[in-house]
Amino acid sequence: MGVKKREKDFTVWERIYIPEIVKGLSLTLKSMFKPKFTMKYPEEKFIPSASYRGRPVLVMENNGEERCVACGLCSRVCPPLAIEVQASETEREKERYPEKFEINMLRCIFCGFCEEVCPEEAIVMSKDYDLAFTNRADAIYGKDKLLVPVNQLYDRIEFLRQYK
Amino acid sequence: MSVLEIIVFTVVKIVLILTVMLLMVSYLVYFERRVSAWVQNRLGPNRVGWEGVLQPFADVFKLLLKEDIVPVKANQFIHTLAPVIALFVAFATYAVIPIASPLKIFGYEIPLVVADVNIGVLYVLALTSVGVYAITLAGWSSGSKYSLFGGIRSSAQMISYEISMGFSVAGVLLFAESLRPIAIVQSQGSWMWNAWIQPIGFITFVVSAFAETNRLPFDLPEAEPELVGGYHTEYSSMKFAAFFLAEYANMIIAAGMIVTLYLGGYNLPFFNIESLGLANWLTVIIQIGSFFIKMGVLLFFFLWIRWSLPRFRYDQLMSIGWKVMFPLSLINLIWVAVLIMVFNL
Repeated sequence: MGVKKREKDFTVWERIYIPEIVKGLSLTLKSMFKPKFTMKYPEEKFIPSASYRGRPVLVMENNGEERCVACGLCSRVCPPLAIEVQASETEREKERYPEKFEINMLRCIFCGFCEEVCPEEAIVMSKDYDLAFTNRADAIYGKDKLLVPVNQLYDRIEFLRQYK
Repeated sequence: MSVLEIIVFTVVKIVLILTVMLLMVSYLVYFERRVSAWVQNRLGPNRVGWEGVLQPFADVFKLLLKEDIVPVKANQFIHTLAPVIALFVAFATYAVIPIASPLKIFGYEIPLVVADVNIGVLYVLALTSVGVYAITLAGWSSGSKYSLFGGIRSSAQMISYEISMGFSVAGVLLFAESLRPIAIVQSQGSWMWNAWIQPIGFITFVVSAFAETNRLPFDLPEAEPELVGGYHTEYSSMKFAAFFLAEYANMIIAAGMIVTLYLGGYNLPFFNIESLGLANWLTVIIQIGSFFIKMGVLLFFFLWIRWSLPRFRYDQLMSIGWKVMFPLSLINLIWVAVLIMVFNL
């Protein structure tokens, strides 16, 4: 009846301990000269991929008008009730535009439901992630901050067309 | 030299050593953080000043502004006394470590050590033993069980490791035939370092030094996962900073003692600087440089070990101390005695 050798039994070489310490030390010395994972944040920034959900923005067409038709679906679907839309009519027949479009960035949870529900691809999640405000009023983003030219958003729109 | 001159020189030396020590301690903390970051592929503190070189000052400033909290159950007097003992011991020990051969200036010959006492090694051993009191008292007076565990562990650990440390030092003393640190340095010369002659004693001394300074892999008194913060759990503000500084100052002393006892002190390796016949001040500067470079390498080794090895279990620590380190240091002592007998050194 042989005694089963336990897995944690050390060999004599390991029990001398010093060679094993040297092995461990050489490992840490090697990793000391490996490239670092940390970024020097304000100087170098992380560029997210298209699947990243940054702050939601409104798509601005090349002629300077928003795509949004003020249907209010995003406002309805928004779980934390962060979006407020007020519709108004354009001169063109049967068309509406948002007179007021506000997202409270203190409420927004970056779930992306608004962009999912939008029938016009008018609201999408951007790659913007460094948001900071010094007071509550600053945190309410109006149309001036939300409108972003469409050519900056092709990445995300392409992604949405492929996977949505 | 008159008494007045001796006093003036001593005070100047004390002030210089204290300043250098404090700077070294604060930058050791900085390098600890940087080295740990490098080992873990991070960057470490690099915001305050160029590459974060002003970080230690920012840290101390922050700690100064913190509220000093004393627990209700704590013994007020001892709770305050403990960090004072820790700091005193850490800085007083440095008085006997020589950093270069005597400097001849303005017709005086100044030994570059604060106190050239003939029982220097004993003095260091005695004071580091007093250092245990700081930790034990801190743990005991805090009125918290985790602090108490830390204090008790510390005293048990230090008593066990002091024995192997003492026996390793005895080997050095046999060679040097003196307890004077300067005599020990001179006896080693430029190539006959004790580290080559008695490697076992060197290893046992270094391991014991790790245990004495509460550094990982032997930092059981402040084992974070088990004891919250160990003996200084209940300390805050500058009292905590005092323990923190004392720990790093102890590391510097341990490194200084290893250099003095085993690595030829301020001598250049394999090369006798005095044979060149350079001016006295040049020799002294080169020797100071060599001493601090040796110490720097050792301190880096301390940090490197800390971020490579996991902590020992308490029973493992004790069994290594008594069953491995103690016999090894005895073997080393016999080896040295045989060497001296055979070669009539």
